[in-house]
Amino acid sequence: MNINELTGLTIAITGMNAKPDNPGPGLAVARCLKESRITKCKIIGLSYDALDPGFYLSEYCNTGYLLPYPSAGENALLDRITEIHASENIDIIIPCLDSELPSFVRLSHLLNEMGILSFLPSAEQLRFRNKDRLKEVAGYAGIKTPDITSITSTSFFENCEDNDWGFPLVVKGIFYGAKVVYTATDAATAFNQIASEWGLPVLIQKFTKGEEYNLTAVGDGKGNLLNSVMMKKLAVTDKGKAWAGVCIYDQNLLNAAEALAKTIKWRGPLEFEVMKNDNGDFQLIEINPRFPAWIYLSKGVGRNLPETLIQLITDTPISDFTEAEVGKIFIRYAEETIIDISDFEKIVMQGNAIQQ
Amino acid sequence: MSNSTTSDNENISFSKVSLPKSDVLKRLAISESGFIFDPGTGYSFSVNETGLNILRGLQKGKQPDNILEDLLTEYQVSFREAERDVIEYIGLLRKQLEGNPE
Repeated sequence: MNINELTGLTIAITGMNAKPDNPGPGLAVARCLKESRITKCKIIGLSYDALDPGFYLSEYCNTGYLLPYPSAGENALLDRITEIHASENIDIIIPCLDSELPSFVRLSHLLNEMGILSFLPSAEQLRFRNKDRLKEVAGYAGIKTPDITSITSTSFFENCEDNDWGFPLVVKGIFYGAKVVYTATDAATAFNQIASEWGLPVLIQKFTKGEEYNLTAVGDGKGNLLNSVMMKKLAVTDKGKAWAGVCIYDQNLLNAAEALAKTIKWRGPLEFEVMKNDNGDFQLIEINPRFPAWIYLSKGVGRNLPETLIQLITDTPISDFTEAEVGKIFIRYAEETIIDISDFEKIVMQGNAIQQ
Repeated sequence: MSNSTTSDNENISFSKVSLPKSDVLKRLAISESGFIFDPGTGYSFSVNETGLNILRGLQKGKQPDNILEDLLTEYQVSFREAERDVIEYIGLLRKQLEGNPE
């Protein structure tokens, strides 16, 4: 099968939320595919809130469906996808949110039996990116990582400085959210905020001074990392998410990510986040088992990674991309879309968007 | 042409000048406008015409004293002034390449 034969695929993509300070990757993945050589694929946006814009942006999504929140459980998710599949005959599904990855990994064989293909890490690989295994994983990559611990109450902050956990510290949610805190009071506030949003435990990481660099790629499950794209953040939101970034090339960063992929044979999309200190040393901050929200940069620099993923899923020869075009910059911006109340009503009442 | 004198040349202090790493210098993208981009770190900054000449000299592997000679040939400037420009600019360049512009 060649790339031209991939037209006509129906591809479901999750993570269609796009609040400017912390957007989901779904819309960017959809945009990459709409602008790839698989131009005639049908994109189905899947998301959790009727106000998620992917439901209404017909240039990226042909239609969309609400999913039950992860708290409803995997059976509810499977039932909903089965229902959507009956209408849409989904060929491929691309989960884009950390919080839903464990469910999709566990359900992947059932989805596969239904004819819905995916390319995801194994449950064991997924556990590698748990925050409490970062040290081990960083070792595979040949770099260091800041100390991290998980806590369940704010009492940790009362005497943490006496136990080699001096401020500043980074308070992180189990899936999302991170805040740098400089005092015990700030830390307790951040703890409560993150715990209420993402639950317990809350993670505490030692603060690392430096600049953030990210790498995204697709692991082929055999130890190879395909079509890596590296980016340095030029501007960030209040939540530390990239607002602008530039494509770079750093051989040491690439070596670290490739060494990791080789050791754990990563399968699927990946984002490798590191801090680079003044000495040029990298510290692993985290690994995300999905495409990042800035994935459209991959299209911009000539390495359309969602297209690579589709080629892996469909067992199509991987495109021989050129080197990523360093110096290309992305700048994110917020924009309003105008919809009719009837479009919103359809999502709220029926759970699906109007077909485009 | 050069305005230098023999007595000026006696005080060259380039031995204490620490140059940026040659692999970093070689990878820099330098535009005619003076806009510099380091594809390895993502840093970008701009330089004036004199800085551009110094940077191009460094990128070609020239030593500071050779760059100084080039400046004296190209500009109507005193030896002292050109020497100070080279020393100051190389120091500034090192900081900019490390992401610590002044």
